Amino acid sequence: MGMIGIQTLEKDSSLNSAMDDRVVSEDLKDKADPVTIKTADQWGSYLEAIKSTHDVAAFEALFGHFAPRIKSFLLKSGADTNLAEECAQEVMVTVWNKAHLFDPTRASAATWIFTIARNKKIDALRKASRPEPDELPWGPDHEPDQTDVIALQQETDRLGRALAELPEKQRKLIERAYFGDLSHRELADETGLPLGTIKSRIRLALEKLRHAMS
Amino acid sequence: MTPQPITHHIDDALLMAYSAGTLPEAFSLAIATHISMCDECRATLESFDAVGGQVMEDQSPVTMNDDAFAKTMAMVGKQSIQRPKPANDIPSVLAGYIGGSLDDVEWRALGGGIKQKIILAGGDATARLLYIPAGQSAPDHGHSGMELTLVLRGAFKDETGHYRAGDIEITDDSVEHTPIADMGEDCVCLAVTEAPIRFTSVFYRALQPFFKI
Repeated sequence: MGMIGIQTLEKDSSLNSAMDDRVVSEDLKDKADPVTIKTADQWGSYLEAIKSTHDVAAFEALFGHFAPRIKSFLLKSGADTNLAEECAQEVMVTVWNKAHLFDPTRASAATWIFTIARNKKIDALRKASRPEPDELPWGPDHEPDQTDVIALQQETDRLGRALAELPEKQRKLIERAYFGDLSHRELADETGLPLGTIKSRIRLALEKLRHAMS
Repeated sequence: MTPQPITHHIDDALLMAYSAGTLPEAFSLAIATHISMCDECRATLESFDAVGGQVMEDQSPVTMNDDAFAKTMAMVGKQSIQRPKPANDIPSVLAGYIGGSLDDVEWRALGGGIKQKIILAGGDATARLLYIPAGQSAPDHGHSGMELTLVLRGAFKDETGHYRAGDIEITDDSVEHTPIADMGEDCVCLAVTEAPIRFTSVFYRALQPFFKI
């Protein structure tokens, strides 16, 4: 993991610009360990703040960023405006209620919120349910290791950049798959997605979890 | 579930469709059950979820109503979070569908000691449990679309390979296969098949509001 320095700088600039207009609670600012907050997923640290202190300001900042994107995602998945608005609110309610289940060593905040939005979409648009894999139980005092949190975030950033750099046609295909506008039959086995490193990172987190449980 | 040496996994296209949430429930059930037993596929799924998170992140924001945050705050803390009941011989997600463990299943005999129990029959796909006594071969079952067969107990082999507990076989209508249960232990599988014709149409139905077909 010799790339921490460069990755951190890139992440900092993008996060700072995204965060300029956000209200951040004094509580968060005071506690902010500069290394942790600036290198790890900032939205993830807001989820931690909701979990530990029911921090409404952190939730409002998350809401400001994610709710309009969830709404956009649902509109493109076939919801009308009212339904998309309503569902985006309900997804954010679940984000608050389930913040304690967020595991920053296995998912970024965006990934985790996506899974909630996806389930809401199936429920509201397809009137169906989606059987979920059994959750892996936590060990007795599982505290996420910050090194793992940062490493996962770096892999997520790298995946994001790789997606952005895919040829337009391929990227649109992947978007269509997530909007539900493409059957699995149409999905080629070769999506061109660079999943390798993020997958091994998640694999490692799962192994640690298994180890902590045994 | 104890981690097992699983050698037959779910392919990327199916995992991506499961991550996107576009599969019929019966298929999702088999995939969720396999992932509950297989860290390899769980890691791949979570990678696809990261792709989904990125796709959502990349959407241009659509303004929420003025009262959206206030309405949301009024709702927090009021959703019930249900925890699935634990089962000891099969993943909880499947136990929820069959109402307990494999020993509680009310089987229907198909002849030759082979039994089945349909646990989910949607318009688009069907999920059933199959019970094949040790050394027996499964009935010749022609299917017209994709079929997933997940081994829950025992093992079987067919023309394509040897499948043990946790392994999943993915076949389409081009594959003629006759599973034979291993000697020594009766084999129980979760088998999911597409309903003929209607499977493709479910995607069109899902697209109707989108394309106004």
